[in-house]
Amino acid sequence: MTTIKRPDGRKPDEIRPMKAKVGIVPNADGSAMFQFGETVAIAAVYGPKELHPRNQRNPEKGTLRCTYNMISFSVDDRIRPGPSRRSMEISKISEWALEPVVMIGKYPGTVVDVHIQILQANASTRCAGINAAAMALAHAGIPMKDLVSSISIGKLDKSLVVDVNKAEEDWEEGEGATDMAMSFTSSKGKLTHIQLDGHITSKQLKEAVRLGREAIKKVYALQKKALKNVGEEISE
Amino acid sequence: MTIETPKLTIDRIRQYLTEGKRFDGRKLDEFRKLEIEFGVSNKAEGSARVKLGETEVIVGVKMDVGTPYPDSPDKGNLMVTAELLPLSSPRIDLGPPKFEAIEIGRVVDRGLRESHFIEFDKLCMEEGKKVWTIYVDIYTINDDGNLLDAAGIGAIAALKVAEIPKYDKENEKVLFGESSGKKVPLSKEIPISITAYKIGNEVVVDPTREEQDAAETKITTGITNGIIASMQKGESEDIDLETFEKMIDLSEKTWHDLNKKIEKFLK
Amino acid sequence: MTEEKRQIVIPGEIIASGDDYLPGEGTEKQGKDIIALKYGLAEEQNRLVKIIPLSGVYNARRGNVVIGRVEELTFNGWVIDVNTSERAFLSIMEVPRYVNKDALEEVMDVGDMVVAKIWEINKRGIDLSIKLRGLGRIEEGLIIKVNPNKVPRIIGKEGSMIKLIKDETGCDITVGQNGFVWIQGDKIENELLAKKAVLFIVEKSFVSGLTDEVTKWFAEGKK
Repeated sequence: MTTIKRPDGRKPDEIRPMKAKVGIVPNADGSAMFQFGETVAIAAVYGPKELHPRNQRNPEKGTLRCTYNMISFSVDDRIRPGPSRRSMEISKISEWALEPVVMIGKYPGTVVDVHIQILQANASTRCAGINAAAMALAHAGIPMKDLVSSISIGKLDKSLVVDVNKAEEDWEEGEGATDMAMSFTSSKGKLTHIQLDGHITSKQLKEAVRLGREAIKKVYALQKKALKNVGEEISE
Repeated sequence: MTIETPKLTIDRIRQYLTEGKRFDGRKLDEFRKLEIEFGVSNKAEGSARVKLGETEVIVGVKMDVGTPYPDSPDKGNLMVTAELLPLSSPRIDLGPPKFEAIEIGRVVDRGLRESHFIEFDKLCMEEGKKVWTIYVDIYTINDDGNLLDAAGIGAIAALKVAEIPKYDKENEKVLFGESSGKKVPLSKEIPISITAYKIGNEVVVDPTREEQDAAETKITTGITNGIIASMQKGESEDIDLETFEKMIDLSEKTWHDLNKKIEKFLK
Repeated sequence: MTEEKRQIVIPGEIIASGDDYLPGEGTEKQGKDIIALKYGLAEEQNRLVKIIPLSGVYNARRGNVVIGRVEELTFNGWVIDVNTSERAFLSIMEVPRYVNKDALEEVMDVGDMVVAKIWEINKRGIDLSIKLRGLGRIEEGLIIKVNPNKVPRIIGKEGSMIKLIKDETGCDITVGQNGFVWIQGDKIENELLAKKAVLFIVEKSFVSGLTDEVTKWFAEGKK
């Protein structure tokens, strides 16, 4: 991997300072905050509970339902309150990223609601959201096989970097920026989500995914510590 | 749904109040512990987090340049929006905005506007053509009652720290993230909205969620320096004049204490 | 693992490793490893490893006493919300007196709270009964909701904790396994004290020797 000068001076495999805290919304069954540098996400879980309307109930197992939204003042250009196509897509992606580990077969006809809100954005928001959501699900006592840990890998010109910020998302030199958001089951490292925007060879993509799989170990360590110290803000 | 406060508990709340007692040991005119933090998001022109007991809201101020309203060509604009986030309560479902969110937005708007807290004439760039619009966006994080007053305090706090962004005249662009160094023009006195809630024959301020469920009606009064600039009655029950006067008196009484507490945080 | 050394484990974490160990509730054996499938306290007793949950919905069990709210009246009984995902139903046959089929609401109406026992759980849902003493419609008092996983702490070993609260406050306390606590006393101060005590227990549920802590707490309050 050729060394590239990152806008904020980080090493190629260096993640921004992370913070995590479990138990931030007293009303929720489970809740958590996760931060990558300036990107702050919070998540709250309610359920399993009865799903309304009845016709949407799955008679064989519970339903996982995620919503992702950015608050109006999380970005420079105010976002008009209300759902957008982008937030609806990311809601579904987050749901798919978490579903493989959630075991709600014992609760047919119910729903587990996961609400993700981005309070401050500096790229990699969906990754921060998924990290917060995974902690919130565990905190809520939802039966799970594993946690899910998420991170973004970027390609700036020809170099791979870990944890993309906004300046890197907008990288224009050379081959420009390729942004890859990915999530894995935390202990076993199986892929549960991947999205890519940019310009990359399959060889480098494989390298990027392996890089991501390695990088999430640090994310997982933080999520684990936060869950074992509810109410405390943990930084690594 | 058992997420509602049981009628039994509501009866008890009413009973206790007749003896001047509240579930959490507070006096009828006592507010819960107030906490104000600033800088919820560094992308906002100003933002604050307010906690009243376990109730938590976050408020952000964003600004943009736009055209003035035809009937106020030399004044800036204000738009207040509130969202009841599903994450803040098991009672909130996905779907179109509930009336409570609209109410919070409107009541806070009224409180800000009628008190002339924001000096709108100082937000004019070019009369009839360009003025600053201030957006105040309120989000609930945890609902344990009295979101209204928490939102009002949050709006004041966020506005107090808000700074006007730089404006690139040549390209007619707002340079977000770059501050002009100037704060949003505000009058010195802060307007505080206090909602008095009627529960049985008693009147309280700052109810918890359970107490709010027990309340039949409420009145929100916006007070600045002893003068009432706005008022709104919510919910459907009628109020006899004696109780109404009790509610105004309670709001006025609580205003002084609350004002001092808020000022401490704003220093 | 002694009681003090119970560790918090997270889903996917290896709790213990070795052929000796057996997977109990909330865990799964993968090869030699016992893996946690839920967030909670890992406990090992006689090589059986299980999870004591710290959170999560109430899982209905036959014989449990629960407190719920009447949601609906049907032609032969009451649909009760006991805060589980299954539907709970109290049939008029499970009421210890004659019920006029046309006047169900005279016994219990929508919005009433009731203490009931889970008689049976099947595909259709939960069947409740109020035939035994101490069960039935709640006439007055206050009801609070707590994390159902903390209920064992509120009751205490062989009811020791709940007896302590009763002795110190003079209140009647009924704890539903589904997390609802019904407090009834003769004076407001006593009811509020009992409520505070319950919330204190829930907050300090981690502490060992909790009964002593609570005794101390009451004593300090009386000063």
